[in-house]
Amino acid sequence: MSVKLVFLGKLADLAGTPEKTAPAPLDWKGLIETLSGPLAETVRGEKVKLALNGAVLPDKSALAANDGDEIALLPPVSGG
Amino acid sequence: MKDVRILHGDLSPGGAMTTFSSAHPESGAIVSFLGKVRPDREVEELELKHYAPLTLKGMEDLADEALERWPLDGILLHHRTGAMTPGDPIVLVAAAARHRRDAFEAADFAMDHLKSDAWFWKREKRADGWHWIEPRAQDHSDLMRWK
Repeated sequence: MSVKLVFLGKLADLAGTPEKTAPAPLDWKGLIETLSGPLAETVRGEKVKLALNGAVLPDKSALAANDGDEIALLPPVSGG
Repeated sequence: MKDVRILHGDLSPGGAMTTFSSAHPESGAIVSFLGKVRPDREVEELELKHYAPLTLKGMEDLADEALERWPLDGILLHHRTGAMTPGDPIVLVAAAARHRRDAFEAADFAMDHLKSDAWFWKREKRADGWHWIEPRAQDHSDLMRWK
């Protein structure tokens, strides 16, 4: 029972890894608790978006991920 | 016709344009734009990261929007990802239409959107290490041209 977390851009540096797993189910509060200090702080910031299984969440605090789901943590894009 | 790709290896503008042109014998105008990694004395390497579920979908949607806004015969969006060095081709956009004005505008529209709201994260390697690139205000104002 786990959820896959994918860290993009500078969030991968802060996390020290591009991917990790967390126990399912996982909501917004659980996500913040599973991340460490500076990373949690950055993810909480308004510039960071979340995508659940490839769809960007309009309200990240409404996150509800279940077993097998993939959450992408997205910092602002730098463009192509 | 839509030709949208994220390329992990080389981007070959010549080959891609020959194929695109052959695929649109009905078009009187084909406009292409090639973006290259800008030579900069301080930048040794550039790396682009993407997230396939969002990045490719976003580029497909952008191509569809251009096809809706202009009477195009076809559109091509090819974008590199991974490690590159200054001078390397990084993005190729092409639009085929009956007349040139539509092709110019659609290519310009596609580039402004790729540069500002496509799902890519970019970092540069300089003498003191890697630096993530933050969005520029100019990118936002470029987008406003199309609102």
